[in-house]
Parts: sequence; C-alpha cells; structure tokens
Amino acid sequence: MKKLINNPDNVVEEMIEGYVKAHASSVKMLENKRSIVSTKPTIENKVGILIGGGSGHEPAFLGYIGEGMADGVAVGNIFASPPPSPILETTKAIDKGAGVVYLYGNYAGDVMNFGMAADLADMEGITVKSALTSDDVASAPLDEKEKRRGIAGEFFVFKTAGAAADKGYDIDGVVRIAELTNDNTRSMGVGLSPCYLPQTGEPSFELEDDEMELGLGHHGEPGIKKVPLGTADEVADELMTRIMDELAIEDEEVAVLVNGLGSTPQMDLYILFRRVEQILSEKGIKIYRSYVGDYITSLEMGGASITITKLNDELKELIDHPVDCPAFTQK
Amino acid sequence: MNLNADHLTRYLKTVVEKIEEEKNYLSELDRKLGDGDHGVTMSIGFNAVNKKLDELTDEKKVKTVLTSAGMSFLDAVGSSVGPLYASGFIKAGNALGDKEELTDEDIFSLWTSFVDGVEHRSGAKVGDKTILDTLIPFRESLKETSDSDGIVERFSKAVKAGKSGMEETENMQSNIGRSSRLGERSIGTKDPGATSAYLIIQTFLSYIESL
Repeated sequence: MKKLINNPDNVVEEMIEGYVKAHASSVKMLENKRSIVSTKPTIENKVGILIGGGSGHEPAFLGYIGEGMADGVAVGNIFASPPPSPILETTKAIDKGAGVVYLYGNYAGDVMNFGMAADLADMEGITVKSALTSDDVASAPLDEKEKRRGIAGEFFVFKTAGAAADKGYDIDGVVRIAELTNDNTRSMGVGLSPCYLPQTGEPSFELEDDEMELGLGHHGEPGIKKVPLGTADEVADELMTRIMDELAIEDEEVAVLVNGLGSTPQMDLYILFRRVEQILSEKGIKIYRSYVGDYITSLEMGGASITITKLNDELKELIDHPVDCPAFTQK
Repeated sequence: MNLNADHLTRYLKTVVEKIEEEKNYLSELDRKLGDGDHGVTMSIGFNAVNKKLDELTDEKKVKTVLTSAGMSFLDAVGSSVGPLYASGFIKAGNALGDKEELTDEDIFSLWTSFVDGVEHRSGAKVGDKTILDTLIPFRESLKETSDSDGIVERFSKAVKAGKSGMEETENMQSNIGRSSRLGERSIGTKDPGATSAYLIIQTFLSYIESL
C-alpha cells in the first residue's frame, strides 16, 4: 500500500483541515471538527439539506455543500457513518426555521445514527425528515428494494433535492423530490482493483489479473460475484441490461452518470460512456444530461459504476438548476 | 459477588486490551464480508472508552461509568456498532439506578439489559448473522440459570452459549447489514460483530473468575 498520508489515525481530521482551508471563502468547520457547513447566502426560510456518511468517498460528501446542493455535511470515519452528535450540530447550524432534510444512503449504520440525530433534533424543536437512497440493483432483488444500498445515484438525489430546496420547495416537497429521484434511479458497478484502508493497509478484496468484481459496493465490500474481466463494451452491456430491465422508459429522457471509483482513468470512463450512449440511442432514449468522472469514490479502488435516472419535466428543471460547490459546479 | 464502579472500569480496560490484541483478526474477518474495518472501528471505540474512563476515576455510580463508556464509544465511531453498543451500555446503566455496589442480581440485570438495548436498536434476530447471534443465546442462558448455580458458573454457561452462537454464524447467510448484499457468498466466514461481542462477554467471565 502506498499512500500520501502522515499518520493513518489522523487522515480524516487532516483531510477536513485541508478542505476547509482550501475552500475558506465558502465553507466552515464547526467546533466538533466533523461538521462542515456552507457559508454562502441562501434564500430566506430555505429547507436545510444535510448530507453525510463515511469518509473515503471524496469528493462525496463534503465537496457537495454550497449553492444548489447541500447546506451542511457530517463526516464519519472511513466508510463509517458519522455518530449522531456531528449530525445534530450540522442540523442546528443549517436550520433556518423550515426544517432540515437528511439525505443519505441506505446502510444500517447510517440509518441508526441519522435516526438518533433526527430524534435529538426533534427534542430541540427542529423538524427533520429523511430520504434514503437505494439505487444499487446488484445489492438485493427488486422485490426487496428496501434492502438495497445507495451508491453513485446519491449524486442525483443531492442534485435534484438540493435544487428543490434552493427554489423554495417546503420540506415535504424536498422529500418528495428526493424519493421520486431515488425511485427513478438505478445503478450498478464493477471493481477492477481493491482499495486499502489506511489503518490496516490490506486490500479490501483480492482479484486475479483477469478478474473483476461484479456489482460491488462503494466501500470495498465484495460484489455479488467474481467474473472474468470484460471489455468496456461488455461491461457496459452487462450493467446496462440489469439497469434498464428495471426502468420502464417510454418516452422519457434520462440523466446518465458514469462514475469512477477512485483510480480509474477518465479515458476508461469515457469509453464506457460511449457504449452507454450507443445502447440508449439504439433504444431511442434521449440523454438529457451526462456526467462522467469521479463523483462518489471508494479511496483508490479501480472500477466504475453506471447510473441512469429517468426524468420527468419537474426533475429536468431541477437537474438544470445551477450549482456552485467546491467539488462540482454547473451553470 | 459485589462489583463497584472501579471493578467495571478495570473490566472495561481489559476489554480495551483484548480488542487491541484481536483487531487485525476482526478486520480480516470483515474483509471477507464487509469493508474490512471492524477491528479498526472497535479499536477506535474502545480507545475512546479508555480515555473517558481515565477522566472518571473518582466516579462511584456504575451507571455513569457505563453510559459514559457508551457515549464516548458512539461519538468516536458512529458506524453501526456505535449506536448498537451505546444503546446496550445506556440500557445497562439505566437498569442499575444510582447503585454504587452491584449484587449478583444487579450484574445479571446489567447484562440482560445490555443485550436488550443492542437488540432493540438492531432489530436483528438469531440467525441473521450479527452481533446478536452471540448476545441473545448469552442472555437466554443467563435467564435459564438461577442464583443457586453461583455467579461464575452462570456466566460460564452463558458465555459458552454465546460462543456456540458466534461459531454458528460461520454457516449462516447474512440477512441484515452491509454483508447481506453478498447473499450466499457470506456463508463460510464467522461474523466479525458476533466475534467481537464474544470477546466482550468472554473478557467479563475471565475478569470475574480472577476476583
């Protein structure tokens, strides 16, 4: 394992320190050092958007606070949900009286910690509602969608729900948009090489040179099976078949995200996107917006995921809404 | 047997050492099932507990020791084990009221409440391949034995029940949590959470045996 770090026990603190110094004009860290909030002005009575989860997914989640996305983030240890206290502190800092929506992926730890924080916020008189992302088709069958985990599709949920809050939707309206986006979003990924936790130095899984993990999650956890390494077109075909099987698309347009897991060259991601575009085009489906790059990663893992979101007119308007965050801008 | 806050503190410090010794093994189990950090997480959590205990050396109420341990564990790790163990410690502490000296019955109620707290937060059942595969058999065994068996004997039976529960997780398919997404691939590896829960109860048995 080679990493540019100092002490493995301090990686999260030192990353946050660097991040808030690098973006000092638009974000600030709260006293507990695990809560970061946007300092950009917003509309009055804006519903607060709180995102979060473990570290190791950079630029998620801390990179997505700013105009048009989230107002604050709670940062956990590597691949571990943050505890309730920084979530509560962030909640208090971003509440403008209209309540706060928690957006996070469907993982047991996140559900418990964000749930406890929501109870604590409620005791302090702040209305909190939550919307969970569960876009990974490989993580459970469709009839057990409540068991599915959230992966790169979280980006689209942050995008549309963040836009809705920025446009003045009320708390129920923001939750409705987050849930609609999640319902219309499907993702799946492949892993080519493992990530290494700084504290153990061990690979998250082992693969032969000619193998890949199909359907893996973005914490280095193994996928549904090991399969022979395919070409970009074969991988795109396999992932797109599973994704498109579940999205009943008639004449709707879609948003596409080809997401790198950390150490995948942009070249590979664009080669994957090329095939995704061909598949959609053959089906007569129009791409409304495309995103290609490292949006939600898994340290230095090699591999990629494909996410497709079916858009209605309301979601199109929200996905077009401008964003200005340290890790993502859209005009 | 009477236990006070100082005994509980010394017991928890033994857990800190045990987790430190076993952390690589716990992470290795977790690499096969999850994201490979269970040993790291438990170590971060119990090191925070250790630090907190050093601030509480004059504390007389057992409840304060337990709830402070739970909250410092939670604040240090988050994750899923954070809320689970915090709920266990808080429920255990609440069962003791303001007591400074625990009788045998108080010690049973501490541990049965501890398991109740974890179970309530988790929602998992025996067979789901979680921490509760160790803790529920442990609790049920405690409930089945009676005072006349003697405290060390009762815990010895209960820890044995917990150990069998932990060992059975090797052949289980995970039904809950991150590893459940592995389906059949989760069979063949012991659950890391069940394993660390066993270390915690086993260390308690060794501790009371040493008194």
